[in-house]
Amino acid sequence: MKLICTVCPQGCEITVKKNDEGWHVEGNRCKRGREFALQETISPMRVLTTSVWIEGGDHKLVSVKTDRPIPKEKIGEAIGELCDITINAPVGRGDIIIKNIADTDANIIATRDVRLSS
Amino acid sequence: MRVQVDVAIIGGGPAGLAAAIACHDQGIQDILILERDRHLGGILQQCIHTGFGLHRFGEELTGPEYAHIFIDGVKDRNISYLLDTMVIEIRKDKIIYALNSEKGLIEIEAKAIILAMGCRERTRGAIQIPGDRPAGVYTAGMAQLLVNMEGYLPGKEIVILGSGDIGLIMARRLTWEGANVKMVCEIMPYSSGLARNIRQCLDDYDIPLLFNHTVVKVHGSKRLEGVTIAEVDSNRVPIPGSERYIECDTLLLSVGLLPENELSEGANVLLDEITGGPIVDEYRHTSVDGIFACGNVLHVHDLVDYVSEEAEIAARGVARYLKGDKSDSRISISHGAGIQYTVPHIISSRDEDVELFFRANGIYNDGMIQLTYGKDILYTKRYNHIVPGKMERIRIKKDILRQLDMEGNIRISWRQREDELSDEAHMYSLSTGM
Amino acid sequence: MYDILIIGAGVIGASVARELSRYDLNIAVLEAREDVATATTAANSAIVHAGYDCIPGSLMARFNVEGNGLFDEIKSELDIPFKRTGSLVLAFDDEDKRMLEKLFIQGEKNGVEGLEIISRDEVMDREPNINPNIKSALWAPTAGITCPYELTVAYMENAIDNGVKLFLEHTVTGLSKDRDGSFTVITSKGKFRALYIINCAGVQGDMISNMLGLEEFSIIPRRGEYLLYDRKYGNTVNSVIFQPPSRRGKGVLVTQTVDGNLLVGPNAEDITSREDISTTNSGLDYVYNMAKRSIPDLTRKGVIRTFAGLRAISDTGDFIIGPSTEIEGLFHVAGICSPGLSAAPAIGKELARIIGEHVGSLREKTDFNPYRCAIPRFKDLSLGEQQRLIDKDPRYGRVICRCETVTEGEIIEALHRSLPVNTIDGVKRRTRAGMGRCQGGFCTPRIMDIMARELHVSMEDITKCGADSNIVVGKIREKREREMKTI
Repeated sequence: MKLICTVCPQGCEITVKKNDEGWHVEGNRCKRGREFALQETISPMRVLTTSVWIEGGDHKLVSVKTDRPIPKEKIGEAIGELCDITINAPVGRGDIIIKNIADTDANIIATRDVRLSS
Repeated sequence: MRVQVDVAIIGGGPAGLAAAIACHDQGIQDILILERDRHLGGILQQCIHTGFGLHRFGEELTGPEYAHIFIDGVKDRNISYLLDTMVIEIRKDKIIYALNSEKGLIEIEAKAIILAMGCRERTRGAIQIPGDRPAGVYTAGMAQLLVNMEGYLPGKEIVILGSGDIGLIMARRLTWEGANVKMVCEIMPYSSGLARNIRQCLDDYDIPLLFNHTVVKVHGSKRLEGVTIAEVDSNRVPIPGSERYIECDTLLLSVGLLPENELSEGANVLLDEITGGPIVDEYRHTSVDGIFACGNVLHVHDLVDYVSEEAEIAARGVARYLKGDKSDSRISISHGAGIQYTVPHIISSRDEDVELFFRANGIYNDGMIQLTYGKDILYTKRYNHIVPGKMERIRIKKDILRQLDMEGNIRISWRQREDELSDEAHMYSLSTGM
Repeated sequence: MYDILIIGAGVIGASVARELSRYDLNIAVLEAREDVATATTAANSAIVHAGYDCIPGSLMARFNVEGNGLFDEIKSELDIPFKRTGSLVLAFDDEDKRMLEKLFIQGEKNGVEGLEIISRDEVMDREPNINPNIKSALWAPTAGITCPYELTVAYMENAIDNGVKLFLEHTVTGLSKDRDGSFTVITSKGKFRALYIINCAGVQGDMISNMLGLEEFSIIPRRGEYLLYDRKYGNTVNSVIFQPPSRRGKGVLVTQTVDGNLLVGPNAEDITSREDISTTNSGLDYVYNMAKRSIPDLTRKGVIRTFAGLRAISDTGDFIIGPSTEIEGLFHVAGICSPGLSAAPAIGKELARIIGEHVGSLREKTDFNPYRCAIPRFKDLSLGEQQRLIDKDPRYGRVICRCETVTEGEIIEALHRSLPVNTIDGVKRRTRAGMGRCQGGFCTPRIMDIMARELHVSMEDITKCGADSNIVVGKIREKREREMKTI
C-alpha cells in the first residue's frame, strides 16, 4: 500500500508491505513517518468533528469532537448516535456531551462555549 | 459617538485577536477591536474541524478552540471590542467610521490602525463559469456557514470545484451529513490543499479528485440540475470532446481566496497586484503612515498559526511606531524566477533580523532559493521541493542588511540544482555571515 | 369581473398598469413568475437611449424619443435612479463615419435633441480610456442610464397603491372570448374574467395571442450576454459607449450602471427557447473582445457576474402596440425589444390613451397618487441622515451586505412594502444585497435568517427565485438521509 505521509509538510511517499517477517515500511524519512504509515495501514484513527443542536444558547449549534481519535470505521456509528440529540445551553468548552461514543472509549466533547442567549 | 484610541483593529478574527493581545503585551493600553459578527473569532468559528494550532500550541485544535484561546486572552486583558459593528470607511488620516445598531455611527480617531479584515472567497462570477444561474451554486465557505453555524444542508448530490482546503473539508463534512459528494474537480495538475486533507476528507470516503478538470457549464433554471465538466490542457483550456455531464443539485466552489481590501483602498493603501493585499515593510506597515496589516487581508496564509505570528509582528511594528521609531532605509525585495510573491515587500529598518515569507509560482524539485544583491549572492537555501500551496520563509540576518545600501534591492529566485556550480565559490564566500 | 387584465409584469406591464391606475378602472396584473421584472426586464443594458438609431416613422422611434423625455418626470414621481450620462457612438474608420452621419440625420428626423458629431480629441477629453484610434463620435446628450427592475418595482408599487391588484405565480394557460364579449383567462391558480386584455407577455407575447387562435405576429427570442464588473471599474467610462449599430442590434456597449458597476454587452443570438438565459463561453468571449475595441485596456479580471437576457423580437420589425386586428377587446404590447426600456414610460401613457379611446371616456380618480418613495438607500445618505435613520430604527445600524453596505432596515422594508418580496433574488433586486463582489457569499445566510423571522417561514422554504429554487434542502442531524457512502 502506498500513501503520502501527512505527519509533516514534507509529504514523503511511503510504501507499506506485509511479508512473512511482518510489516515493511519504505520511503519514510523519520520514525514518526513509519508509525504513521503503520497506523494508517493497520488501523486508521480519526477525530470526528461535527455539531449538535443546542436550545436557548447564543449559537444554534454547539461544535463538538471526539476527545481522542477513534477507529475510522466507527465514524458512521458515532454520527448515528449523535442524530436527533438536542442539548440545552449553557455548555462550556470541554464539557462531555456523550460518553463512550460508539463504544470507542472516546467522549464527545464541546469545542466552544455556548452561553444562554440574552 | 466619537472615540479616540491608540490602536484600532479592524476585524476580530485570528489576526485581529492576536494583534490586540500582542499590542497589549507591548504596553499599549488603549486598544479597540471592531468586529462585524456577533462573536469574536472570525472565520474560525465556522471551521469546526481540527488542524489548527499544531505549530503554535503543539496540539491539534478545532477552529473554535483555537479562537477561544485568543478570545480569552483579549478578555483577560480587558481589551475593548465592539461586536456586530461594521466599519464602513477608513480614512488615510486614521479616522474610522463604523456602524452598529446600538451606537449608530461611530467615529474613531486612532493613532494607529491594524487592518485584519481577512479574505473572501472567489465566486462563480469571478471565474466566469458559463451556463444557467440557478440556486445551488455556492462558495464552499458559505456552505460551511450554512452547515456548521445554521444547521442546514445546502444539497444532497454534490460536485466540488477546486481542491482548496475548505472544499476538501466540506467534502467530508457533507459526506458525514449524508450527502453524496460525487467528485472534486481541480483545474491544476496538483492540489493547493494539504495532503492530510486529501487523505482524510477524500480518500477515506472514496471521493474522486480529478486533476486537470474544471466545470465548463452550469445547468438548471431553478435549482442546479447538473454541471458539465471537462478535462483541460496544459494551458488550462478545456479539451473539446472531453465534456461529461454530471447530475448534481449543488456545486461548491473552492477556487481561491482574495484578501478583502476595499476599506484599505479607501484609505489609499497601496496594494500588491499578486497578493491582493497591501504592500508592507517588515513590520507590516503599509504605504499609509500608521496603518498596518496582518493575516489574510495581507496575503492568504496556509495555516492560522502563521496568521497569529504575523499579527504579533504587526503589533511590534505598531509599538515601535507609537514610540516614534523611524525607518532608516527602504530596501526593496523583487522576485525572480520561480517566485510568486514575498512579504514583506520592503525592509525599512536594519535593527533586527527579518523573516522573509514567500510562495513559489509552480512546483519545483531539487534546487535552491537564492537571495541576490546585484551580482552578490547573499544567501542560499536548498529545497527538495517547493509548491505554491506552501508558504516558505527565510531569515535575513541584520548584519547582512546593514551591509546593504539604504535603497538597495534584494532579489529572491529559485534555481535548479544543475545551475549552481559556477557560482558556488562566490556564494560561500558571501554567505558566511548568515 | 375586472375591467382590465394585464398579462405580464415586466417594465411594460407595470408601466401600463400604473398609467391605467389613474382612472376609475378595476385592474389586475397576472404574472407567471414569483416577482415582477424577472425576465427581459431583469437582464438588459439598462440604457435610456436617445433615439437616433430607430428608423424614422417607426413606433420604436416615436416611443423611444417620447419615453426618453418622460424619464425626468418619472424619476421625481417614482424616486427611481436615472442619470443622463449621454452616449457616444464611436467611428473606427471612414465607413463608420458615414454611419454616424446617417445616424445623425436619422436622429434629427426622430426629434432627438442635442446630437453632435465630435472630434477624436474631444472624445478623448471626455473619455480618456477609449481606443485612441477612433476617428470621431456621435454625441447624444439625452441618453442615460437607469435601473430597469427598480423602475418596474416603482411602477408596480405605485399601481398597487392606486388600486391595481397583482397576482404573482399565476401562469396564463388558456384564454377565451365569451359570448358576452368579455374574456375568461385560465391561470395555474384559477380563472379570471375581464372586459379587456392587455398582452404584455414579452417573449411569450405571441403565445398569449395563439391561445385565442390568432397568428397576428410571432416573437423570436434573441439572447444577449453581459459581463458585469466590480464597482472599482465603474469609472472606466463616463457615458454610454456604443459601436456603430448593425442589422442585429446596437452592438456591444460599455457603460457604467446606476449602481456604479461597469457593464459590457450584449451579443445577439436568435434562439428557439424562450427560457434559455444561459451564458456561453463563446458569447462572453465575443462580448469581451468587442468591448475591447472600445476600451483597449479592459481585462476580465474585475468581472463579478455574467448573465444573459432575452429580447422579444417581433417578425414585423417594429413594436406592436394597439388593438388586435382580429379580436375586439384584446390589446397587444409586443415585440418590445430595444429600445423598449426607454420607451416604457411613453408606451404606458399610449395604452391609457388607446383604452380611453376604446371605452369612450375614462374617469380620472380624484385620489390618484402619482408619488412613490423608494426604500432608503443607506449607503447613499449623508452621515447625518444615516444617524437619524438609525435613531428612528436601529436596524438601519446593522449592515447585512458588506459589499454594498445594505442594512437590515432596508431588507426588512423591502419585505413589507405594498409589493412584497419573498425571494433572495427579489431582495437583491430591491436592495442590492448580494449584488456586490462577493455575490451573496457573505450575506445570503444572513438574509435568509431575516426572511425566516420576518415572513414566519422556515429556512428550508426560502428560495432564490420562486418554487423549486430552495437555497437549502433540509436540516442537518436528521436521521432520514443517513447512509454514508464508504467508511
